[in-house]
Amino acid sequence: VAAPSTDPTNPPKESVKPSTGLRTLTGAQIIWDALEQQGVEVVFGYPGGAIMPAYDALPGSKIRHVLVRHEQGAAHMADGYARASGRVGVAVATSGPGATNLVTGIANAMMDSIPIVCVTGQVPSTLIGSDAFQETDFTGVTLPITKHNLLVTRAQDIMPAIKQAFYIASSGRPGPVVVDITKDAQNQSIEYQYDPSPVRLPGYRPDRQPMPEELKEAVEMIQAAKRPIIFCGHGIVRANATSLLLELVHKTNIPVALTLLGLGGFPAHHERSLGMMGMHGESWVNTAIQEADLIIALGMRFDDRVTGNLKTYAPNAKKIHVELDPAEINKNVKVDLALLGDVREILRQLVPHVERVECGDWIAHIESLKGDSAVRDIKDLPDSGLLFAAHVIHDLWRYTEGKALVVTDVGQHQMWEAQYYKHDHPRKLLTSGGLGTMGFALPAAMGARMACPNDDVWVIAGDGGFQMTAAELATCSQENIKVNIAIINNGFLGMVRQWQQFFYGGRYVATPIKSPDYVLLAQAHGLKGLRVTKRSEVRAAVEAARANAETTIIDFRVEQEDSVYPMVPAGADLHNMIRRPKPEVKSAPHNPIFETGDDE
Amino acid sequence: MNQPPLRTFVAYVEDQPGVLNRIASLFRRRNFNIVSLNVGRTQTPGVSRMTVVVEADDDKARRIEANLYKLVNVLSVEDITKAPNIVRDLALIKVHAPPEKRSEVLQLCQVFRARAVDVGPDTLVVEITGTQDKIVGLLTILEPFGVLEMVQSGTVAMTRGSISDAANAIRDTSTRGIAAA
Repeated sequence: VAAPSTDPTNPPKESVKPSTGLRTLTGAQIIWDALEQQGVEVVFGYPGGAIMPAYDALPGSKIRHVLVRHEQGAAHMADGYARASGRVGVAVATSGPGATNLVTGIANAMMDSIPIVCVTGQVPSTLIGSDAFQETDFTGVTLPITKHNLLVTRAQDIMPAIKQAFYIASSGRPGPVVVDITKDAQNQSIEYQYDPSPVRLPGYRPDRQPMPEELKEAVEMIQAAKRPIIFCGHGIVRANATSLLLELVHKTNIPVALTLLGLGGFPAHHERSLGMMGMHGESWVNTAIQEADLIIALGMRFDDRVTGNLKTYAPNAKKIHVELDPAEINKNVKVDLALLGDVREILRQLVPHVERVECGDWIAHIESLKGDSAVRDIKDLPDSGLLFAAHVIHDLWRYTEGKALVVTDVGQHQMWEAQYYKHDHPRKLLTSGGLGTMGFALPAAMGARMACPNDDVWVIAGDGGFQMTAAELATCSQENIKVNIAIINNGFLGMVRQWQQFFYGGRYVATPIKSPDYVLLAQAHGLKGLRVTKRSEVRAAVEAARANAETTIIDFRVEQEDSVYPMVPAGADLHNMIRRPKPEVKSAPHNPIFETGDDE
Repeated sequence: MNQPPLRTFVAYVEDQPGVLNRIASLFRRRNFNIVSLNVGRTQTPGVSRMTVVVEADDDKARRIEANLYKLVNVLSVEDITKAPNIVRDLALIKVHAPPEKRSEVLQLCQVFRARAVDVGPDTLVVEITGTQDKIVGLLTILEPFGVLEMVQSGTVAMTRGSISDAANAIRDTSTRGIAAA
């Protein structure tokens, strides 16, 4: 090991010793080389004291850097990049506050199993533990919200740590990995050569294989079922297993219900697609789950938003759980058969052995349940001149030909998007499911756009969540990242308002929220802004936004007190849903649909 | 509600900074209650062995094992509760024993196969190894004399007979130390 170079104004020149292939590099230079070797093309970050050596070495690399306005944005951009592309997203931040600002984004990636690597600067190793300026114990802070994390204090450990981080983040059940690198490790110069050999981690076994007997048992359970239902979860999207799921459905004729993160994993327009399940799932889906005699759960984890009351959940169904993570088996719902492993590999082994399941009566029964919902669906009502979020999202779907890459925030609009934007392809809906992180949409969409520059990327956000990370508009402007932004603006923190209406006696405490003038806000950033107050204006606005070269905000002024239906109250039985009042009761005083207050 | 039964896990972990923290954090985060935890070296350099005693029914025990496996630094885990095994705690007890009481205390210790390891003017330090029951038994007997201090190790455990699954897994994965027989 060469003597460390600590003079940041005079970084050593790269020199190659031809005899060995070794180069003399600083730890900072090694960071970028190791990231390039992992195939990284873009990172999202923000400089600061403890990461300055790395930033100083950045111009020597081919990697593009996107300067965010808050590190939370960097983590969400890395997350959106990863969800859209299936590759690992990278965020970079300094120590202390830079690192802690990443925390929400890391926790979000953890809950949704998204592969991101966060590279953070740390105070020099000699100062660790001294409460130095901008020191936080970041591996300590992120221990419960990362798949793994590493503290690196020597230049020679940087490359192996980054290799490990990428391998752990992307293999098995993916997740976030933090690599915290001290400033002295970044400044130290060593003889370096990239080691392309595979990562060896004796305690890490991401791959599992189901036993042949278990596969046989699964086939028998499937063929014996009379009222079967398949669950398509996020695992189908993650494993790129959509075509195998289609094959399974074509062979067996079993209908498919989807989780929020599974949407797009099975085409919404397929005749066997039922739609979303759970708290705001379609009523016929939840009813069917409660009546089913077999659930084949593919890559999902029986989240409480999916099951409602566990004691009364799917009481008649045998359950087959196809799952990558053994710790998920029997965590929430006791299952009859667990197939451990990659869902794609398991489907590949399962599909050749299954045959058509005679469940025509069952499918007809589920179809018959849809009629009651259709009469309540406001999107089918004639245009009354009022603008409902359902109209906006349905029309957005129509005028983007269902092909947009949509990134939602969290709240009512998120559920309306799930209900009304029909996704036929995986990785075209990115949403914060597990953590429910408001502020996710804009930065995640920017990351998605970096991954998929030819996609028509749409942010759908509420007026509350959008304001949480709206500072990233400046990043859109500076970095020329083009996304379209539909703000479903109802002047409330709508989902909380809805709960206040249903469960807290209508006391709207701290939920009315004021917005800036979004048209002026867009203009202030050198971007475009539009306002829509009538359904008849939606189409032109959507088309204008798509045609604009720069990021465009559309401020959709929607009904202020509309609610998301159906709704299974938290912890209630899945079949006990609050339904949208039928249109004929529209004039009743308790009707939750009110006219938009015109605040122009 | 019945108290959940005690389960004993043996885990081999990489001997690295922060590994104990990761394990403790996992138990706290998943709301698993640790009764006893012991870490120490093994015959293989770089590998530590933990014995963890937890309150858990069968289902929880399986989830604890699965969650431990998710930690990258955990090499192998085995629930040895139901296997024939040897379970030991070690305790040092400092008891008030003035010269006139000393021989009485020593006699009682002999019954428990405890050894006196230090004698002071008014005190005896007694060392005992055994199951938790045995240690509690001695403690109860010594209580009337006046127990001045006590310290106890965590439980250590090992299966009887041939090599355990957890230990065997280390042999398979480790390239260092142990050559294949």
